Amino acid sequence: MTENRMGTRQVELEVLRYNPETDQEPKFQRFTVPCVNEWCVLDALNYLKDNLDSTLSYRWSCHMQVCGSCGMMINGEPKLACKAMLRDYAGVIRVEPLSHFPIERDLVSVADDFMAKLKRVKPYLIPGEKRTLADGEYKQTPAQLERYKKYAMCINCMLCYAACPEYGLTPKFIGPAAISLAHRYNQDSRDGGRDERQEEIATSEGVWECTFVGACSDVCPKHVDPASALQQVKVASTVDWYLEHFMSWVKK
Amino acid sequence: MSRRPYVREVPRTTWFFKHPRYMRYMAREVTCIFIGIYTVILLVGLARLSEGPAQYEGFLEALRQPGSVLFHLLALAFSLYNTFTWFNVAPKALPVQVGDEHWPDSVVSGGHYVVWVGLSLFIRFWAGVL
Ligand code: SF4
Ligand code: FES
Repeated sequence: MTENRMGTRQVELEVLRYNPETDQEPKFQRFTVPCVNEWCVLDALNYLKDNLDSTLSYRWSCHMQVCGSCGMMINGEPKLACKAMLRDYAGVIRVEPLSHFPIERDLVSVADDFMAKLKRVKPYLIPGEKRTLADGEYKQTPAQLERYKKYAMCINCMLCYAACPEYGLTPKFIGPAAISLAHRYNQDSRDGGRDERQEEIATSEGVWECTFVGACSDVCPKHVDPASALQQVKVASTVDWYLEHFMSWVKK
Repeated sequence: MSRRPYVREVPRTTWFFKHPRYMRYMAREVTCIFIGIYTVILLVGLARLSEGPAQYEGFLEALRQPGSVLFHLLALAFSLYNTFTWFNVAPKALPVQVGDEHWPDSVVSGGHYVVWVGLSLFIRFWAGVL
């Protein structure tokens, strides 16, 4: 890596390449990319694609950490390429598609599994109390908002899945983000869909697959803290079980 | 264009060497082995106690062997690690919201430490050691 007075430097990028039409398996390819110091890894990839190798495939859209599409492994850590600043890295930067997902091509991973799981947990409001337009809006106090706010910050970037060893070992695990989103709606004062979601998430493929490694919360770029959502779902499901088996006279 | 996704298998027995945070997790899990053995030793002690003073004295004698002392030191270190790691993540499982705000994590885990020390002192007091 060399740095000059123009605020640019040569960055060595080692990119995992895979072309499903010609390659038996992925392999690393090294590029030397002239970069501005203040660039992020996504800028370096964009330069690479525009000037050095137009066949490189990767996903991105917003370049501002909101669309969640540029997730990739950067030096072995799941990161948003638009949030990973070059100035924080020295030496060769190794870029791979997100761990635990199949590789579609180059840095593009197959997200189908996550999308199917999201759908299963019904991550939308299922109104508890039916209201007509004439009844006006659903009101919520700041305290009611606080109950679920951090879980509403998820951008579906799947970094937490790439970090979660349980998901890597047991792909049927519904996983951190989907369960956190289920919890987000369960915690919402306007929602009445908890029973439906519990059928998906209070199961052995759901929260009980989680062993609280906590890696999801370490890597989440939006501080959603999925590990906390999963533990809270475990606690609430356990309380449900006791109420049902030993105190069935108590109305939930 | 044909789709032919490439699947990278996760090594089933060595995955936790891949990242320090996985190693820390495994360390936390391994602590339970020591706590389990220690619990068995306690139960054996109770059984000896119920058999009479001579048997109990023999049990205490066995505890004084260097190997036993070493094990207890190890078990102490591991159970402290277990306690600290769990208390520090307790706020994730048991968040406390009062009014519009959640209590800071330090207050929730701090509460656990206070209760822990309080209970330990109480038990020692109750057992007449203090
Ligand atoms: S919980 Fe965090 S890491 Fe997981 S998908 Fe949502 S934003 Fe990404
Ligand atoms: S490009 Fe949208 S999150 Fe990075």
